[in-house]
Amino acid sequence: MHDIHVIDPVTRIEGHAKITLHLDDGGSIADARFHVTEFRGFEEFCRGRPLDEMPALTARTCGICPVSHLLAGAKATDALCAVRIPPPAVLQRRLANLGQIVQSHVLSFFHLSAPDLLLGMESDPAVRNVFGLMAAEPEIVRRGIRLRQFGQEVIASVAFDKIHGGGIVTGGVAEPFTTAKRDAVVGWLDEVHASALATWDLLWSVTDQFADEIAIFGDFDSLYLSHCLPDGTWEHIDGNLRITGADGQIVVDQFDPADYLELLGESGKTDSYLKAPYYKPYVDGDDPRPGMYRVGPLARINNAERFGTPEADARLALLRERFGRTATSAFLYHHARVLEVIASIERIAALMDDPELLTWPVRADAGVNALRGVGASEAPRGTLFHDYSVDRQGLITGVNLVIATGQNDLAINRTITDIARAYVHGPDDLTDGALNRIEAGVRAYDPCLSCSTHAVGQMPMVVELVAPDGEVIAHRRRD
Amino acid sequence: MSRRASRPSLPVTIDGEEYLAYEGETILDLARRVGVRIPTLCQLDGLSVFGGCRLCVVQTEGDHRLKPACATEVTGDLEVTTSTHEIREHRRRIVELLFAEGNHICAFCVSTGHCELQDLATEHNVDHIHYDYEYPRNTVDASHPKYLLDRDRCVLCTRCVRVCDEFEGAHVWDIAQRGSESRIVAGLDIPWGESESCTWCGKCVLVCPTGALSFKGRSTGEMVHDPEVIAFLSRARREGEWVGRKEQV
Ligand code: SF4
Ligand code: SF4
Ligand code: FES
Repeated sequence: MHDIHVIDPVTRIEGHAKITLHLDDGGSIADARFHVTEFRGFEEFCRGRPLDEMPALTARTCGICPVSHLLAGAKATDALCAVRIPPPAVLQRRLANLGQIVQSHVLSFFHLSAPDLLLGMESDPAVRNVFGLMAAEPEIVRRGIRLRQFGQEVIASVAFDKIHGGGIVTGGVAEPFTTAKRDAVVGWLDEVHASALATWDLLWSVTDQFADEIAIFGDFDSLYLSHCLPDGTWEHIDGNLRITGADGQIVVDQFDPADYLELLGESGKTDSYLKAPYYKPYVDGDDPRPGMYRVGPLARINNAERFGTPEADARLALLRERFGRTATSAFLYHHARVLEVIASIERIAALMDDPELLTWPVRADAGVNALRGVGASEAPRGTLFHDYSVDRQGLITGVNLVIATGQNDLAINRTITDIARAYVHGPDDLTDGALNRIEAGVRAYDPCLSCSTHAVGQMPMVVELVAPDGEVIAHRRRD
Repeated sequence: MSRRASRPSLPVTIDGEEYLAYEGETILDLARRVGVRIPTLCQLDGLSVFGGCRLCVVQTEGDHRLKPACATEVTGDLEVTTSTHEIREHRRRIVELLFAEGNHICAFCVSTGHCELQDLATEHNVDHIHYDYEYPRNTVDASHPKYLLDRDRCVLCTRCVRVCDEFEGAHVWDIAQRGSESRIVAGLDIPWGESESCTWCGKCVLVCPTGALSFKGRSTGEMVHDPEVIAFLSRARREGEWVGRKEQV
């Protein structure tokens, strides 16, 4: 008899998801799938709205990374107005994105992943959470809370409000930066830099304990996509994109995000609300998997030669010494995240020394000058594309959002399939530890599900069990 | 309100306190003059009385019906109650209905933080609404080069209609249809940008209490209206301030 085990919902991921494990006749894993059922429909209800509303409107997709949507949205509306934003606005937006990367990565690391990493995958689920960690390691959790607060205050210095800020608008930003804001940010720097380095030390010190996980958690060849400067320096918002392969070879470099449709296809999967993009030139036929690419921290550090900041680069060198030039295990997303926190803090420090940050004007003013505009940025979880079309009056006629978690979808499926194959050989192996490893495989990508299911879909969400001959033999609907 | 020929003489009680009112004064005028708060929405100093929103309702002694304070003139010995549980409940439900019949998503509205409807909701503790949302399919008119009309946020207060007619003399705006189909239209229902009578003066935008009328290019919370400008214009016109002459009282 075929059997199906559903871990539902995956705990500790923002939004909701479902995982299905498909066992074959022999009781071993034939396939494991990650399904997204939450569904938000932003693309549909943006239609008919004025373009200037779009950054803030799309920021409502997500309470975790609204700034990423504000930025990609504002870059798309800049493109609709065909404006180049003033230099201090460029700096302020960069600052906001760095703050966003810090706060989001810190949330992912301390609140969602550290319980597994520091308390152990086999530890009691009742305490394997941020509260258990707080009881066991209060100082570590305190550090995480402070780091997150710093990131949020950096965001608020540009976007006014920590969660759903305005501030970032078509043509630039709303207000010039002030010395008071600068001094407040500078006041944090020593503490948060030290905390970020200590966080790396902690992660590095437990890395050996996870040799198995590192080998099993999504350690496979894939492409990596992210922003990257032409000279190989890490980049998080401006400029063009790079794709590299598992061997570290550059597959494409400096392609304009506005041309993303030329290189990326989107397969609307029938069993998930998540669209699964793929690298078009590698796909010939219906199966998108040969075009699988990964985005996010791991992709960014694989694509970049260097961060361009001292302490982050020193630790990137350690990682490469140990795991090679290209980090292929999804487990190393955790490491990449902590490195990006260090790099972001160092970049913020450099921005604070830039006198241009305090100058103005900060906002270019223009009407509709193009009927389509694409904006891209590196959200904490990966490259984010906002693609808007408008009519002559600036009302939205079409929206396509390509979200980081969607782009990682093919890789997430592959990751949990590998993990399930390693840890689950039959119903008896569905121990807490095994189930948690599967969930942890998903969490390595830090998927933010609320924003990755923005498109209108028609199908009801079901769980199906498909026999080798293609027959659907079990059918379960989520309540 | 017009100039006054005399001293206040009509004894009127508001919430148990006795005041003297001017002949021809409305309950709202008197209440404001003596510092009693009555919420309003469609009423705007300087414009004619519309009396449509019913937020300003009060109770008068001997009459079981609630009366709009903005449209009811005082009479001698009137006893007015401005705030009972019933009155507050009535006002709260009006605010709820306004939300239910539009598409108000304050989170990304140009007027959030500077919106009279939002303020009324706060004042009346509207944290949820008891009615089903209508989710009407409204259209945004972005045809004007400078301004936007977002009917999702229009509360049909007719301030724009009145200011355009009474101050600018252009009469671009009207309300078309009836009941729940009612909507603001320009030039007898053509795109605003095609209206030849619109002078681009922007007064309608300034008086709008919500995010329905705004300047193009404004982002979330950036549209701050300035309805008081009409009271200023009204007074200046009445007093002849621009022609260096004061009319004799
Ligand atoms: S007009 Fe805007 S701010 Fe006012 S209630 Fe409606 S959506 Fe909210
Ligand atoms: S557009 Fe504004 S001023 Fe005009 S009726 Fe609607 S809410 Fe009132
Ligand atoms: S304010 Fe009196 S009816 Fe609207």
